[in-house]
Amino acid sequence: MLLTLIVLLPFLGSVCAALLPANARNAESWLSGVVTVACMALVASLYPQVADGEVVRAIIPWLPQYGLTFYLRMDGYAWLFAMLVSLMGALVVLYARYYMSPEDPVPRFFSFLLAFMGAMLGIVLSGNLIQLVVFWELTSLTSFMLIAYWYHRPDARRGARMAMTVTVAGGLCLLLGALMLGEIVGSYDLDEVLAAGNGIREHPWYTPVLVLVLLGALTKSAQFPFHFWLPHAMAAPTPVSAYLHSAAMVKAGVFLLARLWPVLAGTDEWFWIVCSAGASTLLLGAFCATFQRDMKGVLAYSTISHLGLITLLLGMNTPLALVAAVFHMMNHATFKASLFMATGIVDHETGTRDLKKLCGLRYRMPVTATVAIVAASAMAGVPLLNGFLSKEMFFEESIIAGSESGLRFTLPAVATLAGVFSVAYSVRFIHQVFFGPPAEDLPRRPQEPTRGMIVPSALLVAACLLVGILPSRTVGPLLETSMRSILGPDLPAYRLAVWHGFTVPFYMSLVALTGGVALYVLLCFRKKTMVPTPLLSRLDAKRAFDVINVAIVRGAGRLARFLFSRRLQTQLLLIVLLALGVAVLPFLVTEWTRGDMPLTPPDPLFALLWIVGAACAIGAALQAKFHRLAALIMLGGAGLVTCLTFAWFSAPDLALTQIAVEVVTIVLFLLGLRWLPRRLAFDTVDRQTLRARARRTRDAIIAVTSGIGIAALSFAALTRPRQSRLAAFFFDRSVEEAGGRNVVNVILVDFRGFDTLGEITVVGIVALIVYALLRRFRPAPESIGVPRAQRDDVLQGALPERLDDPLPRGYMKIPAVLLALALPLVRVCLFCLLLPGPR
Amino acid sequence: MEIVYALAIGVLTASGVWLLLRPRTFQVLMGLSLLSYATNIFIFGMGRLVMYRPPIIEEAGATDPSLYADPVPQALVLTAIVIGFATTALTLVVLLALRGLTGTDHVDGREPES
Repeated sequence: MLLTLIVLLPFLGSVCAALLPANARNAESWLSGVVTVACMALVASLYPQVADGEVVRAIIPWLPQYGLTFYLRMDGYAWLFAMLVSLMGALVVLYARYYMSPEDPVPRFFSFLLAFMGAMLGIVLSGNLIQLVVFWELTSLTSFMLIAYWYHRPDARRGARMAMTVTVAGGLCLLLGALMLGEIVGSYDLDEVLAAGNGIREHPWYTPVLVLVLLGALTKSAQFPFHFWLPHAMAAPTPVSAYLHSAAMVKAGVFLLARLWPVLAGTDEWFWIVCSAGASTLLLGAFCATFQRDMKGVLAYSTISHLGLITLLLGMNTPLALVAAVFHMMNHATFKASLFMATGIVDHETGTRDLKKLCGLRYRMPVTATVAIVAASAMAGVPLLNGFLSKEMFFEESIIAGSESGLRFTLPAVATLAGVFSVAYSVRFIHQVFFGPPAEDLPRRPQEPTRGMIVPSALLVAACLLVGILPSRTVGPLLETSMRSILGPDLPAYRLAVWHGFTVPFYMSLVALTGGVALYVLLCFRKKTMVPTPLLSRLDAKRAFDVINVAIVRGAGRLARFLFSRRLQTQLLLIVLLALGVAVLPFLVTEWTRGDMPLTPPDPLFALLWIVGAACAIGAALQAKFHRLAALIMLGGAGLVTCLTFAWFSAPDLALTQIAVEVVTIVLFLLGLRWLPRRLAFDTVDRQTLRARARRTRDAIIAVTSGIGIAALSFAALTRPRQSRLAAFFFDRSVEEAGGRNVVNVILVDFRGFDTLGEITVVGIVALIVYALLRRFRPAPESIGVPRAQRDDVLQGALPERLDDPLPRGYMKIPAVLLALALPLVRVCLFCLLLPGPR
Repeated sequence: MEIVYALAIGVLTASGVWLLLRPRTFQVLMGLSLLSYATNIFIFGMGRLVMYRPPIIEEAGATDPSLYADPVPQALVLTAIVIGFATTALTLVVLLALRGLTGTDHVDGREPES
């Protein structure tokens, strides 16, 4: 129950936050703060159970017969992440209270932030693969809303769109992978999936499943070649970046990889795909981060690089590397979030994030400078900080994995090189912003921010220090609980300690630190050539994304032009031909014969009726172009014959409905005739051309074929005995349950009452549309000439010239008399119809 | 009877399809109407041709469905007639609007260039 509450609370809070007034900054913050802290407390309260190795579960059945339940489970690993997400949420809410300006519409911000947090907790706690993917997509959606929070800025809209396209596409791949995984295991239950590791790795679908799941995870975690959305997502408000792009959303990808690590890892495919993605991202991100001009740009690329590091660790296929990966996920979240917050403070207080303009801020903002310097040192991997520990572990694992896979020198070299760059960009970040002479030309005069903004950042930095100095006392037990829940009894012995002796990883750290500082000094001397990024400035993944986007849209347009015609005649022709083709298929499979029912003897009267009906139909078909009124009368004739047919074959209700509808239709057509242009046979010249004749012949052939086909089909059906179980059902119940003797009526108003309601709705909507269209779009009176008959009458003097003048006496005398005679009769008839009432 | 009935459906369908493929709005509209007659009679015919036995129960108690015409196709067709009317009315108005907007009664909204 507690678990459900943990996921539900943020969503409830989100709804409440959305309903508050636009300027309620404090109320919003209090609400969000209470929700996040409550979530955190709930998660914390479950720790004793989780620490005992127990898995806390909450199951709400939804469609149990299809194996679909709402299933939340929390083991050590999920606990760790749930704690991270809710803790970061609380800090970010506090920070955002002071970061957002009073003009910003905060309900939207906090509402989406809480919804995002709920979705993220949903991913972490999901015990069902499908459910996990649903929450996964929810995070994509809410992050889209958050990135596009300042939607008046084109870069925000663009970045949001790009992030959404990439992550949602990845999410779709993940859904497919999850479905295949569930198919292999026979259940979407995470417990069963995790227990079926060997079966999955040996299954022939393993490689496609792996690729699909990896596509989902790597897009979410911004891994090469999908890394490009993350820097553009930096258009979001800084609290969003601190939360989504350091702690939460981008971690979802690596979270999933570690979650499925026992199932998917351990093969060569896993090693090569995951490691190469991780290693290239690690290098690319670190390299690009060194040359960014925007503070958030540096952090974005550095995040990409650190995520690459985690991915690389996950790909190494050893349990210790997994431990290092999870450890680094936590460490990265702490120092990166605090750096984002520091960046936000600098931006907030000076009005710019440009590294070229910023200088010497440490004089005016000493506290912020201290916090940022410690956090950046953690990012660079300076000893006594948490970043150092996990980086050390990373170096060590790169040596082990390298020697096992034949990359004895490559992997350690890649790791060290990335370390060099990471030190270089950390030093640059700090040195350019906080050191040097105080900058003069800043948009705002910098000063220390309010306490609310600095506290979250400082708390995180304190955590960095604590973990860095006393790893085994602070984070050790948590890490061990979480690792035990993934690896179970296979958990290898490891030691979290600051000092391991003069080992190879220690020398690698040393090389990275000195090399990084040296690289920065070198780059300072050649400052002129630093921006834009050397070598890579031409390879723009964003451009590639745009090019692909445009190509897809153009391709779709071309396909549509190829498959589709804007001409109604062509479309109708295709539809009719398709229907014909489909109708022919059954004739090819089974033989068509007449059934074995005896024919009822033909009634000459009925035959005569339909000779008239057929003549009317054909006549209407031939006359519809030049003699519309005649065609309309014949259409009425055909309708009347249809109506009589219904009456003939025991369907009085149909006959009544048909006649009513028929009358209304004809009246409607008569009204419409008024607006159509006059057309005479000799007006059109092209009727005799070869093309026109060919077209008409083709249409005639299609029409006759359709007619023959449908006639044959009906004949075949009519001569077979009727088999209807439905009829017996309705006859049995109609009197008892619905209290009506007319079964057709009972079906319509009782058994299928909702259908009829829908039908009435349709008719009502059509009536509205007819009214609206006629009001707005009917042809202008000027565009339609006076009808010929009226014009003749005017010429003969029977009508006044101006139509507004009163009509002369006796005009259209005969119709008037006829109508005067007929109307009372009609009234009597209608009254007679009314009398029997509801029977 | 069955032959006449089947032929009737055939003729209505053929006329309807022919009109449906014509270029003028009024023709297409007439075609739609004829085609809906054909469809209705076709569906109605799936209950087979039964005379003098409308599905109205004379006395209460157990009833044998074979004594009556099949009510299910009738109910379906009743719905179809009404919806067909709505469709025809809507099409008519849309075509009138097309005429008002474009000044022509060609289904493509402009006279063919030839």
